[in-house]
Amino acid sequence: MRNLISLTVNGVPTTVAVEDGEALLDTLRDRLGLTSVKRGCEVGECGACTVLIDGKAVDSCLYLTVWAEGKSILTVEGLRKADGTLSPIQQAFIDECAVQCGFCTPGLILSALEIVMSGKEYTREELRKRISGHLCRCTGYENILNAVEKAIQMSRSAPQPK
Amino acid sequence: MFDIKRLYPAKDLNDALCALADDPESMVIAGGTDVLIRVREGKAAGASLVSIHELPELTGVRMEADGSIVIGACTSFARITADPIIEEFVPYLGEAVDQVGGPQTREAGTIGGNLCNGATSADSAPMLLALNAELTLQSAASKRVVPVTAFHTGPGRTVRNRDEILTEIRIFPADFQGFGGQYIKYGKRAAMEIATLGCAALVKPATDQRTVADLRLAYGVAAPTPIRCTEAETLAHGEVLTDALLGEIARTAAAHASPRSSWRASREFRLQLITELARRAIRSAWTRAGGVF
Amino acid sequence: MAVGQSIPRVDAFAKVTGEAKYTADLVPANAYVAKIVRAPVASGWVRGFDLTEAQAVPGVVRIFTCFDVPDIQFPTAGHPWSTVPSHQDICDRKLLNAHIRVWGDEIAVVVARDRISAERAARLVKADIEVLPALSTPDEAMAPGAPCLHEEKPGNVVVHSQFHLGDGTFDEAAATPGAVVVSGHYSVPAVQHCHMEPVHSFAYMEGQKITVVSSTQIPHIVRRVCGQALGIPWSRVRVIKPYMGGGFGNKQDVLVEPLAAWLTTQLGGHAVNIELSREEVLGCTRTRHAFDWDVQAVASPDGTLLARTYCAKSNQGGYASHGHAIAANAANVFKQCYRDRVSLDSESYTVYTNRPTAGAMRGYGIPQGCFITEALTDDLAYALGMDPLEFRLKNCVQAGYVDPHNGITMHAYGLDQVLEKGRAAIDWDAKRRLYQNQTGDRRRGVGMALFTYKSNVYPISLETASCRMMLHEDGRVTVQMGATEIGQGADTVFTQMAAESIGLPVDAIDIQSVQDTDVSPFDTGAYASRQTYVSGMACKMTGESLRGKILDYAAGMLERSAEGLTITDGQIVDETGQTVLTVADVGMESCYSLTNSRHLTAEETYHCEQNTFATGACFAEIEVDLALGQIHVLRLVNVHDSGRLINPKLAEAQVHGGMSMGLGYALSEEMLFDDACKPLNANLLDYKIPTAMDTPKLEALFVEVDDPTGPYGNKALGEPPAIPVAPAIRNALLHATGVSVHSLPLTPQKLIEHFRAAGLLGGEDHV
Repeated sequence: MRNLISLTVNGVPTTVAVEDGEALLDTLRDRLGLTSVKRGCEVGECGACTVLIDGKAVDSCLYLTVWAEGKSILTVEGLRKADGTLSPIQQAFIDECAVQCGFCTPGLILSALEIVMSGKEYTREELRKRISGHLCRCTGYENILNAVEKAIQMSRSAPQPK
Repeated sequence: MFDIKRLYPAKDLNDALCALADDPESMVIAGGTDVLIRVREGKAAGASLVSIHELPELTGVRMEADGSIVIGACTSFARITADPIIEEFVPYLGEAVDQVGGPQTREAGTIGGNLCNGATSADSAPMLLALNAELTLQSAASKRVVPVTAFHTGPGRTVRNRDEILTEIRIFPADFQGFGGQYIKYGKRAAMEIATLGCAALVKPATDQRTVADLRLAYGVAAPTPIRCTEAETLAHGEVLTDALLGEIARTAAAHASPRSSWRASREFRLQLITELARRAIRSAWTRAGGVF
Repeated sequence: MAVGQSIPRVDAFAKVTGEAKYTADLVPANAYVAKIVRAPVASGWVRGFDLTEAQAVPGVVRIFTCFDVPDIQFPTAGHPWSTVPSHQDICDRKLLNAHIRVWGDEIAVVVARDRISAERAARLVKADIEVLPALSTPDEAMAPGAPCLHEEKPGNVVVHSQFHLGDGTFDEAAATPGAVVVSGHYSVPAVQHCHMEPVHSFAYMEGQKITVVSSTQIPHIVRRVCGQALGIPWSRVRVIKPYMGGGFGNKQDVLVEPLAAWLTTQLGGHAVNIELSREEVLGCTRTRHAFDWDVQAVASPDGTLLARTYCAKSNQGGYASHGHAIAANAANVFKQCYRDRVSLDSESYTVYTNRPTAGAMRGYGIPQGCFITEALTDDLAYALGMDPLEFRLKNCVQAGYVDPHNGITMHAYGLDQVLEKGRAAIDWDAKRRLYQNQTGDRRRGVGMALFTYKSNVYPISLETASCRMMLHEDGRVTVQMGATEIGQGADTVFTQMAAESIGLPVDAIDIQSVQDTDVSPFDTGAYASRQTYVSGMACKMTGESLRGKILDYAAGMLERSAEGLTITDGQIVDETGQTVLTVADVGMESCYSLTNSRHLTAEETYHCEQNTFATGACFAEIEVDLALGQIHVLRLVNVHDSGRLINPKLAEAQVHGGMSMGLGYALSEEMLFDDACKPLNANLLDYKIPTAMDTPKLEALFVEVDDPTGPYGNKALGEPPAIPVAPAIRNALLHATGVSVHSLPLTPQKLIEHFRAAGLLGGEDHV
């Protein structure tokens, strides 16, 4: 069955027609062209398809689009400012050499954004737990944790409007 | 794209119950983290799903006038852990469900789904067993209350009928007031893991802080279903908690458990974990409850 | 200087914004979906199919079976082709196979208009299969009467090789008065790469040209194998490699590309998409080879290594893939790391079994070889009562080493500095003392392991790499490499080397990250930690060539000789240091001169006949929780001598990733099978790669000794970080507990069994 779903994607109110069994991952990639959302395992074990739904990191592979009615979805395509400059988190990932093959990167950036937006303080060990739903085979997570810490510091010195 | 026949997004509980009653092929989906995986595997391909995803009347934690804590079955693990009532009165339950999968799974997955999936490895189950939680099961025609200790009937099986929805989980004050608790999840990894063994301990010291007023010990994966170890618990009541007693409790728990060998872990290894985790979980719960050795 | 600077990755912007297009992001919307029908057994013969129900599924376009494909056997290894038949890879599979050799073998394929239809139909394909006994191990496969996997190899041994070094024998050495002998059986399991991007290819035709877009480390080799598999001229195939989400060697094999290429030829050139599920990637592509060894070592009482024997059996799985090259590498590192004063006897078998096909994986036999080398070394030092680091310093490979078989030479030597740096970093001497004679439930230990690693495949195979550059009107340069960026950072270091060799700032270089075999210069691809060393030299040579052409053209503009002119930071400078032109001036004039227009381009091939050894070591400090069988890694320090680092920050990141992979190999990763060779844990929940919570702080240190043979003094770094971690942790466990574990991974269940056998778990009082 086709359903008309109204949601906000990267700040833009959008209406899409979707099938009953359509995962948000499919809708974002195939209908809305947001290919930063990566298909890594389709069963919530790798985190590559993570998006923010109303500010919370969720695996879009196990989230039916029908459930997204009225929700606000954020992918990394929505992070850059209007003038094209990068968000502080994206910049931190570049500066800290936290990017390698890049396949886990968009999802991790979104979890990092959720962490930063929480405004809470985290120890390194707590950060490890906060990103533990993302598998990365390239980095050993070391520089990713550095980037998240840097993004938190930056947000504290200059709160980012989000 | 999941291979399903139909998804009916219920407007409220009653709507969901009617939909389940109307379509004898249909099944409930809540957070989706188990059901959708089964659809993808082909085991539930072509399913007709009734979605109770985030239904407000099934979501959230509240405390009733008698001090009972009521958890809506569709409440996500993340929300339970962060809930102020949980944090104040049963923080160990919040900690237990904070060990499910990873953060994204905990945001999507629900405590009701965790129980209804019927897995012996469900991280919420041992602590809910220790807490003597009661489950409300509702269908279009009836409503009944089942103690969680009588909920599981076998691997992946529970007393819940297809057309029933687990609506809420109730914990009574007598089961948490004065108790300290600890859930230890043992897996090969520290995250993104199915428990090789889960151990939940609840302990209540007497006023002397040395004698055990009450002790509950429950396990996941120590048997085909989550289990309580009443034989081990009985040993402790009214006794001073010592290393020797801990050892006896742990041995008794192992003697009454029936873990199986699988490619994930051998029976012998699980027995080692059953004894060792009992010691550690009780010790920690005891300290948290203000007990002294 | 562009070289030696930690510039940001050139592809990082595209990757943090989602602009980077991977294979899945380029599939045409109307592409057919191909779903492979996989054998539900690991050994047998397909006798026929009933396709009635499958063909009735709406949306199905065609179903092809193993009886429909060309009768052509082809190789899949990502090796340079050899024009010498005896050196060519084994051709032992067809596009789809009636003879089933692995669980999930490809026996048919459903092509449908959409994925759900393809999957439904694939479930309904009924195959009539004659099941044969499945062979799990080399010993089973070599036993008399075992079923033969490939008629070309009766007895199932792919290759058996052996060598002897030294004037004496092991027995003579063992007869030395006071000699200490250790021996044992050791093993490592099959593990999987777990690149985060699944295996994915799609193909379509334009006219007679077949285009294959694929997530591959080796586009030029994929083109060749597609040509071979389809029996068509190789240049009819065009392979495009977009951005890539990791490969780690799995994609140094030709996987689904030939099937995609053939399917489009059968469907009028319509696009056909093959995206493997994670379960297929884990269970049905390639693995790291499992090994079994029987080894012995003997030392004199003063700790001088006298002799060793080595017998390895490498479990190849069902198809030859990279075959015996892995076993040969493992035997070589055993040989290269230490000096056997009397003798070394080495023997290796690579054997077909019905386990998943083993292929290339980061380190290519050296992680296995390092495990056996360094486990045995520590066991020998332990038996001697000698500090294992002192034992290594007394016996390890020395400067100027030349491999007696292949002549590979250690042109620069930093291993002594590596060992001293690691020793200081982990506080080795104090910790070794501190952790002696421990009691209690938690015990600590430090351990280490070292390795050597060659920097490419010469002289075993061809080494060749090419680069092309062109100067634009504004003075910027586009660089095209045949070498591939797969996540490791190759494009960034090539950019730095291009800038350095031409004399431009790095931001004046645009490197094309997409390889297209119709456009990109020839290179064999990303493997063997070869690209910075080999392809980097091609880049350097091309940059120098372009620089010469720019200067010649500038000299013409200036009506003077080019001699004495140089390029610095985009400026053309004369003998006096004065800027006389800019590269942009030359770019504009060379394109638009009314009298002498000439597009300034350069292209060079580096035909490499050089090789050298990188070295390194891992130092680990652990705490063991005896009662739960758990190892907690407190500190993990890798020290590498990879010559001069082109980009230190990228190098450090590369080491982190390798350490993480080594950590998984040490503690948690193994592919598990039932008796019928069916994979049990082919998913990312049950196959345990480390999460962030399982990973300690990763410390990467370097010793930079310029290697005279590498471009700007560098040598191999890509694979090495994964090599020494597992044996270092295993040796730390030996230090902490006195328990010598002979296999990986060091899982809690295994450790509990060992601890119980060693009496470490105590009796009643402990429970």
